[in-house]
Amino acid sequence: MTKIFETPLYPYERSPDQDATTPVRHKVVVIGAGPVGLAAAIDLAQHGIPVVVVDENDKVSHGSRAICFSKRMLEISDRLGIGDRLVEKGVTWNKGRVFNGEDEAYAFDLLPETGHKRPAFINLQQYYLEEYLVDRVRELQAEGAEIELRGGNKVSAIGTHETHVSLEIDTVEGSYNIETEWVIPCDGAGSPTRKMLGCDFGGRVFEDNFLIADVIMQADFPTERWFWFDPPFNKGQSALLHKQPDDVWRIDLQLGWDIDREREMQPENVIPRLNAMLGEDVKFDLEWVSVYTFQCRRMEKFRHGRVLFAGDAAHQVSPFGARGANSGLQDTDNLCWKLAAVIKGEAQENLLDTYNDERVEAADENILNSSRSTDFITPKSGISRIFRDAVLDLAEENEFARPLVNSGRLSVPAVHSDSSLNSPETGSFPKRTRPGASAADAPTDDGWLLDRIGDEFAVMTAGFAAPEVPAGVKQIHIANPSEELKTRYMGDAGGVTVLFRPDQHIAARWAAPSAHDITAAIARAKGA
Amino acid sequence: MLNTKANIADHDGFYAQLIEAHEGLDDAQSQALNARLILTLANHIGDNQVLSEAIDLVKSVSE
Ligand SMILES: Cc1cc2nc3c(=O)[nH]c(=O)nc-3n(C[C@H](O)[C@H](O)[C@H](O)COP(=O)(O)OP(=O)(O)OC[C@H]3O[C@@H](n4cnc5c(N)ncnc54)[C@H](O)[C@@H]3O)c2cc1C
Repeated sequence: MTKIFETPLYPYERSPDQDATTPVRHKVVVIGAGPVGLAAAIDLAQHGIPVVVVDENDKVSHGSRAICFSKRMLEISDRLGIGDRLVEKGVTWNKGRVFNGEDEAYAFDLLPETGHKRPAFINLQQYYLEEYLVDRVRELQAEGAEIELRGGNKVSAIGTHETHVSLEIDTVEGSYNIETEWVIPCDGAGSPTRKMLGCDFGGRVFEDNFLIADVIMQADFPTERWFWFDPPFNKGQSALLHKQPDDVWRIDLQLGWDIDREREMQPENVIPRLNAMLGEDVKFDLEWVSVYTFQCRRMEKFRHGRVLFAGDAAHQVSPFGARGANSGLQDTDNLCWKLAAVIKGEAQENLLDTYNDERVEAADENILNSSRSTDFITPKSGISRIFRDAVLDLAEENEFARPLVNSGRLSVPAVHSDSSLNSPETGSFPKRTRPGASAADAPTDDGWLLDRIGDEFAVMTAGFAAPEVPAGVKQIHIANPSEELKTRYMGDAGGVTVLFRPDQHIAARWAAPSAHDITAAIARAKGA
Repeated sequence: MLNTKANIADHDGFYAQLIEAHEGLDDAQSQALNARLILTLANHIGDNQVLSEAIDLVKSVSE
């Protein structure tokens, strides 16, 4: 069977740009058609901005890479039009087990909160995500959106100017030049664009290797996340087993630092390791094997004038906690409405600096969490290992030690409490939905709250009578709020009015705002 | 009574600070730091009954 990652989805085709006598000027060019670049292009197209995506390749990510997608990422995907497909195909799981040596240390249930459209997270191969994003690009094209996907187009040089950026692009038929007002490099952790511009990418390399294998097997392991510290089949190291759709299982085996990577990837060395883990009688096929070292690092600034870095190109985290692709989609969620507003002349360029500020803050939080998980899984010193093992030994019988066990923390969206886009609040409401936080979903009398917010500025009033809102601003009035909505937005107050940004983050909230208050808060959220 | 329910709000932050405190120390220095830390925390707890329950608990944990 041909795997989706072997099929060219956007093969090279000659573009009229290649025959133009002077370089054609575009509004936005996205470099890289990974999950982040594709999400950026779809988001911009949905905001009515013409966009060209170039990728040196023409297929989805080889092998699976990311598998855990978070609730916030799924909510963003709803806005991009692929949420249902992801959740239908993906595996939803709630239960995890942690093993210490031979013994089960404890089991946990995520007991996800009810009253949300989307689960805490799903497991799904990254190539499905990318395939659905490409399908969505095709759908938008069919509807007439100006969104173009150019495979076999490799950016080989970049020049930045006051009014535009120029790009040199290599193809099988030779090079050509284009210009663009804005460029979003989403060209991955090794970002050639970042290197061509001579930008820094500082951080920490973790001195460890992990064997990542996706195996196809009909096994009766339950749909749970199993994590081992020091298992008998991988002494002194860790291991992880996670289920994906199509009977594919993700296995992570920690290997240590001093290894021969090429040797470890040979099937004759991989298969005995997997047999030791899964049992000699379990039959499986290898779909994909790789050996990784992990790093946590970020660019000092994500905005360099007209160049706006996003995804792995801007920041890289170790995979414990699943913050790579999840945070990359939050980058473009934050960036695209701002860039669209600037291009449409509805906001000044300085709004783009808040993309930098907010997403650098989020990247730091992700790096902190991933580093801590990695340090727990791979203790860096003798004493660190002693504490780690003490936590695990205590955790078997003692509930208090379990929160200290860190095999990866769930990816949750950053709260931009200090963002310059927030307005000071009046009244006292639940902390969870304070300005800077991303909207908490809740059922309403007319569908899910997040579906109703969509991707434009929206004013929601619950409990109280609807205030007067400025012309052209979406208004959501909830006369009979659900219990969930009350708990998440109103608390002890009799009602609330909340201003959501187009990325569904909260910009302001009041007890009883005037139309003027709302106008001022929207202006502020647009960087005025 | 000894509290055996989770009780530290920012548990990851505490754990990271604890490990960082040992950075650059040799084994003997680390042990000494741990001893000072235990004695300081014990003083904060104060209650002999609680301290005794804690000692009994950790002695009973199998490695
Ligand atoms: C083993 C593993 C497990 C992971 N697990 C998770 C997880 O569970 N959850 C999660 O959220 N994340 C996870 N990640 C991280 C996730 O895979 C990445 O964060 C994600 O792929 C980043 O997407 P991106 O679009 O920024 O970059 P990429 O996916 O790397 O895409 C970059 C694109 O740019 C193109 N490109 C590069 N150079 C050029 C050029 N010069 N010109 C044109 N195009 C170019 C490439 O062809 C490629 O298509 C995992 C990663 C690994 C390795």
